[in-house]
Amino acid sequence: MVPTTHYLILGAILFAIGALGVIIRRNVITMFMCIELMLNAVNLTLLAFARMQAQVDAQIFVFFVMTVAAAEAAVGLALIVQLSKKTESVDVDLADTMKW
Amino acid sequence: MEKLIFYLFATVSVIAALLVVLQRRALYNVLALVVCFGSMAVLFYQLGAYFIAAIQVIVYAGAIMVLFLFVVMLIDPESEIFGIDRLKKIPLVSVPIAVVFLLVLLWAVPILVSYPAQPADLTLGPIGDVSAIARVLFTDYLLPFEVTSVLILVAVLGAMVLAKRSN
Repeated sequence: MVPTTHYLILGAILFAIGALGVIIRRNVITMFMCIELMLNAVNLTLLAFARMQAQVDAQIFVFFVMTVAAAEAAVGLALIVQLSKKTESVDVDLADTMKW
Repeated sequence: MEKLIFYLFATVSVIAALLVVLQRRALYNVLALVVCFGSMAVLFYQLGAYFIAAIQVIVYAGAIMVLFLFVVMLIDPESEIFGIDRLKKIPLVSVPIAVVFLLVLLWAVPILVSYPAQPADLTLGPIGDVSAIARVLFTDYLLPFEVTSVLILVAVLGAMVLAKRSN
């Protein structure tokens, strides 16, 4: 059986890669994908703890995280489409005003 | 065998995640993220979360990534707005920041693992199958489940309002 520690380290690595992507990328779609990657790393951590504690509750949490991620993706991508229509670009640095 | 599968798919998921960050074309980013989510579904299955692994493939790698792909194709991946090379202009501090962040996360691992594990109640059978999840979801977590359906409804309405807004 693979120890829980290894799953947690993998989750930490994936979360850090996602955070790095949010820092260094300026393409708003790629930044959004990195956020999804970070959510998945957290899901992996939750599931590792679910196995360690033999509790099903953490899996319910993962279920809710996925549901919220789906809702977030729908709204966020609609915002990105509007943003790209307005600024003719997917560069987040161009979206620095609160109101058009 | 289990360890072999873990290390294989852990490596695949890390490489795919790095491709998501470092690959410049948005279309390849989406494909790399699908690979990453697929290999993470295998890890979820290994952790005994069979239902979550199926959901990961169907909802994440299926529905959400197809949504991303739709948007990338809608904004035309061949056009010059995706060609802006901003990767060169990144401040050099960002990579050390991410490394420090990773070290802090890794520092927390032994502390978290040191919590005493509860003895597994083997009479319940495997903890991640659909019936076990459904039993808890529709009794203890019934209210959050219903609130989630309202959240999805609001998200659908919000997406429609945003998409229909004309210039």
